[in-house]
Amino acid sequence: MKKILTTPIKDEDLESLNVGDVVYLTGRLVTCRDVAHRRLIELNRELPVNLEGGAIFHAGPIVRKKDDGQFEMVSIGPTTSMRMEKFEKQFIERTGVKLIVGKGGMGPETAEGCQTHKAVHAVFPGGCAVLAATQVEEIEGAEWQDLGMPETLWVNRVREFGPLIISIDTKGNNLFEQNKARFNAKKGPVIERINSQVKFIK
Amino acid sequence: MDKEQAVQSLTDVMAKFTAYIGKRLPTDIKGKLAELQAAETNSLAKEVYASMSSNQEAADRLDRPSCQDTGVIQYFISAGAKFPLLGELEDILREATLEATRKGPLRHNAVETFDEKNTGTNTGSRVPWLDWEIIPDSDSAIIDVYMAGGGCTLPGSAKVLMPGQGYEGVTEFVFDVITSRGVNACPPLLVGVGVSTSVETAARLSKRAILRPIDSKHPNANAAKMEELLEEGLNEIGIGPQGLSGKASVMGVNIESSARHPSTIGVAVSTGCWAHRRGKIRINADLSYDVLSHEGVAL
Ligand code: SF4
Repeated sequence: MKKILTTPIKDEDLESLNVGDVVYLTGRLVTCRDVAHRRLIELNRELPVNLEGGAIFHAGPIVRKKDDGQFEMVSIGPTTSMRMEKFEKQFIERTGVKLIVGKGGMGPETAEGCQTHKAVHAVFPGGCAVLAATQVEEIEGAEWQDLGMPETLWVNRVREFGPLIISIDTKGNNLFEQNKARFNAKKGPVIERINSQVKFIK
Repeated sequence: MDKEQAVQSLTDVMAKFTAYIGKRLPTDIKGKLAELQAAETNSLAKEVYASMSSNQEAADRLDRPSCQDTGVIQYFISAGAKFPLLGELEDILREATLEATRKGPLRHNAVETFDEKNTGTNTGSRVPWLDWEIIPDSDSAIIDVYMAGGGCTLPGSAKVLMPGQGYEGVTEFVFDVITSRGVNACPPLLVGVGVSTSVETAARLSKRAILRPIDSKHPNANAAKMEELLEEGLNEIGIGPQGLSGKASVMGVNIESSARHPSTIGVAVSTGCWAHRRGKIRINADLSYDVLSHEGVAL
């Protein structure tokens, strides 16, 4: 059975989730990346969207303006979440956001923020931008359009948006950190074995 | 056909081909992804492979770029010295990029350096990027189109090793780059390694390496063996699709090399993401064309 989160997301919805779980989102998903984070945290500007119990997506989409003035989502895929690491903990604290979607993992600061404020980070498969676009039912709003197409806060109504793979849970577990440790542990012996066979300089 | 018509017709073909490769993966990559998907046992990894294939299916059906990052457009040209439009090719490819950007549509990815302004056209100083090789006796041209996305370009690295570090140093360099920076480049990756004298020669070869078909082998037996060892070894790390861990880390490893200075080993790594959007087309002297990378294409 698909596990579906619906905005506004409550703490209880997230508490039982563990890293590696797969969920889907129905409700509102707002794109929010580098400059929007910087504006809130560094420049102390108020976000034009209420994110209490909400979900954000680290993404820069291709959006088309239709003849009737409405926007249409053409293509929307995740961008590297780690770029927002510097801001995310405070961002969670200030906005009350509950679900952060992006690509790759995030660091210890975000994990701490997720644990303290009961939020999660999840991964949407990178490069799957058309799949994601087909799960956007409608673009309900576009804030801070002065930032250009990739950085505008696109307010999307989504339906069963996913798969979203939980990478940081509310207990502070961090899937990518765990993986990194495993990859690094395996690396040494593999290199050693290869190197015994590439002594071409004699 | 007079010259003007010839230029127009080739521009049209190259614009269509450039837009096309953003929507459909080359035959060898498609085959490899299907193979990796079938062999995968990790449940998260399987989930991701399933998303990838439904994404490619949707991109094809809706005729849209399969990833939102359609990259900086790069053309790698092997032109016959007697190719009739040799002198016009640069302008033709620039026009083709403009046209593909409108038609694709492609995301605007050319930021003029130092001015820090997005040109909004995917063209700018030396962009589209052109790489030339002249083939002495030929009258046709083979053009590789590549979309250099941000994520898959970021891991790129080059270094000059001391000969004492040997090919062992090459192995370590490749592993360091892939394990530390590969995760965000949308694995499974196609890894290109250049082995040469200096950073720029190695870097260029590493990029040429990812343009080579995925199952092709280096003609030198030692180099071919190293390709295999690196591929097996990286897969053993088990980075998996999107770095979530799984059976494979890479789609393949290709090495390109040149003779080198005895006192240096220049080594470079370039990576292509799972959505490795490249295409190879041969333009004949009469301007008829054959698409070599994608089976059954109608432009
Ligand atoms: S690394 Fe490739 S698949 Fe991933 S977002 Fe970038 S261009 Fe797209």
